[in-house]
Amino acid sequence: MAPSARAPLAKKPRDRRAWYQAAFALGLNAWIPSWFKGGIFQGPVKGVCVPGLNCYSCPSALGACPIGSLQTALGGLRFNLSVAEKKFGLYVAGFLAAVGSAVGRMPCGWVCPFGFLQELLHRIRTPKLRVPRTLTYVRYLVLAVTVVALPLLVVDQFGYGQTWFCKWICPAGTLEAGIPLMLIKADLRPLIGFMYHWKLALLGLFLAWFVFSRRPFCRTVCPLGAIWGLFNRASLFRMAVDDEKCTLCDKCYRDCPVQIRIYERANSPDCVRCLKCVSSCKFGAVSYEFLGKKEVAVDLRVKKPA
Amino acid sequence: MKRKLPWVLLAVSLAAMAAGLLLGEYRAVLEKAVTVCLDCVGIG
Repeated sequence: MAPSARAPLAKKPRDRRAWYQAAFALGLNAWIPSWFKGGIFQGPVKGVCVPGLNCYSCPSALGACPIGSLQTALGGLRFNLSVAEKKFGLYVAGFLAAVGSAVGRMPCGWVCPFGFLQELLHRIRTPKLRVPRTLTYVRYLVLAVTVVALPLLVVDQFGYGQTWFCKWICPAGTLEAGIPLMLIKADLRPLIGFMYHWKLALLGLFLAWFVFSRRPFCRTVCPLGAIWGLFNRASLFRMAVDDEKCTLCDKCYRDCPVQIRIYERANSPDCVRCLKCVSSCKFGAVSYEFLGKKEVAVDLRVKKPA
Repeated sequence: MKRKLPWVLLAVSLAAMAAGLLLGEYRAVLEKAVTVCLDCVGIG
């Protein structure tokens, strides 16, 4: 017996996304022996970019952070051009664009360890705060200024630019590399100064914000999310809302980890494609499509007739 | 055209990645990744 379009569906599927996030967080940082050796993993696979904000100086990180790698590539561009070295950052840019054009911002919702951390801390029971919409545009400023413009334009006497985002902002680097390396590498401790304390204070502020707001770093600061969000409208993976089934009940909005109304803009650059809206919609109005296959919540929820 | 755009983007991205690999950019990323990033740590 098929339900009518407006009839609430009975069975709710279990949300296993947190398990995927935990598996990816552990999988991307799986080289545990480094913690006991007092260094970082240095295997040959570390040149592979990972789909998430995961600092490559985390002792157990198996891959390269795409944002750190992009800044390094852009920071070295002027030097490379001056010595006719043909390195333009195509590998990192191509990786970012390939992931974006395939699934858009989906890795933010399923893979990124820093996104997972934000969702975990937000589970702490406290009064919650909304993130003002205007702040969500700041991430484009962060991307344009600290990841692209400054590494390209501000260079030393040799023509090298710095990794400005990593140096001044990235709380993932402080959490995954700064604190652990200070604990396991005693020879680094004398180098602690203003920058370390600045980054520690910034991390503390972000961690506190994570408790009160839903994924505030992803929505307001993360340059990686800003890049992949631009692909949401033009990726192979697409979200869709059936206007005839949608009752504007806002259940999807209340459950959304980035607080967007999917029925207003199905492929919004803010959407991390966690698919919570698909499973929370009682009417099967939200669906997604990938490589010609369409999945609707109703398929997951309808009880089979006895 | 709208349906083809993601495929075009993906093809261009993969071509860029392949070109970068051929130009030896993997080694450049690897060299950065296996060195402790002092900027990331907060002592740069």
